[in-house]
Amino acid sequence: MIDKKSILIINQSAPYGSSKARESLDVALTCSIFEMPVSLLFIGDGLYQLINNQSPDALNMKKHEAMLSALPMYDIEKIYITEEDLESIGLTENDLAMPVTLIQRDAIASLIQQNDSVLTF
Amino acid sequence: MTLHVINKTPQNKSLYLNMLNGLSSGDAILLIEDAVYSALEAHQSLFKALSPDDIQLSALEADIQARGLEDKLSPRFSSVNDQGFVKLSCEHDKIVSWY
Amino acid sequence: MPIEFDDEGYLRDLSDWSPEMAIDIATAEGISLTDAHLEIITVVREFYQTYELSPAMRPLVKAVSLKLGKDKGKSIYLMKLFPGSPAKIVAKIAGLPKPDNCI
Repeated sequence: MIDKKSILIINQSAPYGSSKARESLDVALTCSIFEMPVSLLFIGDGLYQLINNQSPDALNMKKHEAMLSALPMYDIEKIYITEEDLESIGLTENDLAMPVTLIQRDAIASLIQQNDSVLTF
Repeated sequence: MTLHVINKTPQNKSLYLNMLNGLSSGDAILLIEDAVYSALEAHQSLFKALSPDDIQLSALEADIQARGLEDKLSPRFSSVNDQGFVKLSCEHDKIVSWY
Repeated sequence: MPIEFDDEGYLRDLSDWSPEMAIDIATAEGISLTDAHLEIITVVREFYQTYELSPAMRPLVKAVSLKLGKDKGKSIYLMKLFPGSPAKIVAKIAGLPKPDNCI
């Protein structure tokens, strides 16, 4: 049994304006297929990815929210945001597309420490 | 140990807050691109909570020179060239980019 | 208008798909479709509608397990119905894009 490296993906980019958000989830899904434990942290502008009721039909783009909702099907369930970031954009958990784990901002350091690799998008 | 690389001006407060909250003892911060303005003395309150023995602070030489900051930096920051960037990257097992 | 396929035989326009076409694509893959195949194809098309993604093997197994029960939600069951690479072959027959991130 090979030990699989755990990976933390830090998402700092808003969806739709660039392809970073989608690329990040592509990496997350691929890591899951190789059975690597994946954690996702959405901070700063990355938090905008999680807002619910997205309908990008007029942009001719795929719905980011749909891809996010596939994460549990790929057994990716460790999804973190900070309470401070959520408060700073004036939204609550009810405005989010999926259940997340709320952490305090000062817990970011231990998330980085706990994982073998860190990627940022 | 983690190398934290940041590239935005000090006006991006929440980005700096997130980075600072991502620090563990023994980590290093490298300022690149527009982030080198954060090495100005006037912005040192950003880093006041950090002990200089604990967190190594540096900024990329080419970006400092380009912006005319060479003689205006806080002494807390050391200037590193591209080779220094590579060396820092090799000395740390993880690199986190904040942008 | 002739119906278009890409170089690997995946349907270009998802709205061109019909159950009759599924039979043709399956035949070309050497599979004669039964109800057992069709219920898997339905699960995969629903997956695509929900997530806008063709499932790779792992989520395919999970989706089948959730919709059709644990007995069918197994790699070996899917391998028997769609020998080779089930996730790719089901997507092709279901008129969906080739799954990304598929080994």
